Amino acid sequence: MSQYTVVLLSSIIMYIVLAVSWTMFSAPTGYVSLATAAFFGAGIYTTAFLGEFIPLPLLMLVGGIVSFVLAFLVGAITLRLRGVYFTIFTFGLVELLKNLVLWFEIKFTHVRGRFVVSIDHTTVFWSLLVLLALLLVAVALIKRSRFGRALQAVGESEDAAAHIGVNTTLVKVTAFAVSAFAAGAAGAAMATRWSYIDPGIAFNSLMSFMPVLMAIFGGMRKTAGPVIGAILFAYLEELLITRFPSLYMIIFGAIMVGVILFLPDGIMGLVTKLTRRGAKTLEHS
Amino acid sequence: MTTLLNIIIGGLIMGGIYAIISMGLSMQYGVARILNVSHGEFIMLGAFLTWTLSQAGISPLLSLVIVSPPLFLIGFIIHRTAFKRLSSISGGGAFEGNAMLVSFGLMFILQNVAMIIWGSSPQGYQFLVKSVTLGGATFAVNRLVVLLFALVISIGFYFFLSRSRIGKSIRAASQDPIAAGLMGVKINRVMALCFAIGALLAGLAGVLLSMIYQINTAMGMSYTVIAIIVVVLGGLGSIPGSLIGGFILGLVGSAVSYIEPSLQLVAYYVIIMLLLLVRPKGLLGR
Amino acid sequence: MNILEGHGLTKAFGGRVAVDNVDFTLAEGEILGLIGPNGAGKTTLFNLISGALSIDAGTVTLTDSDAGTRRVSGLKPHKICHLGIARTFQAAKNFPGMSLYDNILSSAQFGNKHISDKDAKAKTDKVIEFTGLEPLMDKSVKDIPLAGQKRLEVARALATNPSILLLDEVMAGLNPSEVEESMRLVTKINESGITIIMIEHVMKAIMSICGRILVLHHGQKLAEGSPEEISSDKSVIEVYLGG
Repeated sequence: MSQYTVVLLSSIIMYIVLAVSWTMFSAPTGYVSLATAAFFGAGIYTTAFLGEFIPLPLLMLVGGIVSFVLAFLVGAITLRLRGVYFTIFTFGLVELLKNLVLWFEIKFTHVRGRFVVSIDHTTVFWSLLVLLALLLVAVALIKRSRFGRALQAVGESEDAAAHIGVNTTLVKVTAFAVSAFAAGAAGAAMATRWSYIDPGIAFNSLMSFMPVLMAIFGGMRKTAGPVIGAILFAYLEELLITRFPSLYMIIFGAIMVGVILFLPDGIMGLVTKLTRRGAKTLEHS
Repeated sequence: MTTLLNIIIGGLIMGGIYAIISMGLSMQYGVARILNVSHGEFIMLGAFLTWTLSQAGISPLLSLVIVSPPLFLIGFIIHRTAFKRLSSISGGGAFEGNAMLVSFGLMFILQNVAMIIWGSSPQGYQFLVKSVTLGGATFAVNRLVVLLFALVISIGFYFFLSRSRIGKSIRAASQDPIAAGLMGVKINRVMALCFAIGALLAGLAGVLLSMIYQINTAMGMSYTVIAIIVVVLGGLGSIPGSLIGGFILGLVGSAVSYIEPSLQLVAYYVIIMLLLLVRPKGLLGR
Repeated sequence: MNILEGHGLTKAFGGRVAVDNVDFTLAEGEILGLIGPNGAGKTTLFNLISGALSIDAGTVTLTDSDAGTRRVSGLKPHKICHLGIARTFQAAKNFPGMSLYDNILSSAQFGNKHISDKDAKAKTDKVIEFTGLEPLMDKSVKDIPLAGQKRLEVARALATNPSILLLDEVMAGLNPSEVEESMRLVTKINESGITIIMIEHVMKAIMSICGRILVLHHGQKLAEGSPEEISSDKSVIEVYLGG
């Protein structure tokens, strides 16, 4: 593979990881999280701090754990809140971290940004692929487990779930933290793409929106949905973002509005509908 | 003493502007159930339209009147098209989440259209760059003018809502949409009206901001975050809560940025965290 | 023995006191009826007992022969469920995305600590048979009629293996023959050893199956006694039965 292909594929895999991990928590529970950028950024800063000392797989593990702990703490506070409150909070978290890290760096380390250790593209690619494989296995296992059922119960009726003995807060917080682990690990791996980072680069709120759009666009009922959405938008981004950034963002926004208004179940929902209709026509002929 | 007075004046200016934008957001969320994340983009549009007009020699004070009708109209049309369709396809609980995501989409569209038109570098114009001395302290005239208008608009709007007929039907619709509908309030139109009023208030705030600060096409988001914080602080949907919350946040922000400017947003976030833990419904929430 | 006791239970929403200093006792094995006009605070009282709402003042204590007496007020709903207090909701709250079987299985899995999947399934089958839900098992939750919804609600509560069951208007909206069936089910549950508190507007049911009745009015306890005593109590007739 050429270096260009490796970089493009890495970025696609990164988006799949983010979209699938976002869907893992937000689809069954109905809590729309906009914290992905916070966890991704925490992963980036993990590598920025520790990149010279430990190898990439360990960096990803540490980045994942940092994000897991962060999500657990934030989740324990905010997941008692419902609906839009939670979304606002997670969104604010990205801004909060950005400002806190910036303040910390300027005040105590007297730098605005940091140089990141460089790791070759192929290693990053393979590490991300392993992360994705692990994530897909975890998602499949959770879906079939008792934990997955508890998550679904919380999403469908939180009151009913609590009254049949589900510790709803613990279930939500755990799922949120597991999903954050994946985003943090992805951030730790992708950090090496930039040679220099600052809080504005690391905590870019667009990274919170991308997974949401990808998942909504692809459809959230099946794991294939966010995967398809991620591939499509990662490629679209690659084509447009450097040459026509504003145009890309307008298209991004327009698709977001259009999909919610006209394709509530996403592409996968449309495919299911069409194949079902197709099957019916066959039966009748 | 002068420092304290400056902190207070600064706090009241920001507070007045925060109150205007927060009441706007509160109209959109409290009545129309749309947590409009593109709210800040309407502020930005108001500011840049004023800037464009100022380049043609039109006074920003006149812009207050010129800029608001088109923004009102844009808000009205957006509600009558996108959000009306959304409420017909997504029932009950799903509407709020989806409406918020649609408004995120709008945010990206509006912000980047503005970037194509006006570019991404900061802009500004000169307006009343004089100073006066009051009680031994010196103040810039433009800041005092903005303070005056911010107070008049925020408090005036509050009274408009609590006294006028339209205001009463709006409040009826926000408290009990079904009963209001039965009593002859055209609920869909009231919702569109509220969304449009929200856009108008954002626009007015944008005009005021442009008189004293530099503006840029990416400025919207931070004001959206502030408006959301104030609205949560005052209680989602509570207009008096937004008015009071706006001033409180403005004063706190002014004090914090005097001590440590880079921690202003952090301070806001900490306030809101604490408040939501102690009193999840906000200061004056129902 | 009193299996459940409430002392001075109080809950206010804004300025309105929904439950005002209510005391109650529940003897092991009985069926206690909870009646009162709309807005009297009946469902709020259930919400306080089951932990759905936090209590402003007062305590609820649970006594069982193994663990003695302990406070349940202040615990979270899932903990209260694990202690053996189950409830139904006035407007059925089930999981529309799950099959009927999975709805009940969830209760068995989460309502009983450390239960194996095999035991949970056995429990589910038992509850389905006990509540007579077999004929509806192939339907989706959205498609079953009201009487079935109410029955599913009871089945979901039973699968958590409760010693106390709080039933919130399980007969509302049913036709007379369905009410009969529901009464038989409540009696059968009680006979299997479960203590019951039921909120009900169907007077016939209350009067015939409850051993004792508690009347709430404006959040306060208005009267308490046997069905005969309640039906001849002047204050009750004034505010409720007469109206």
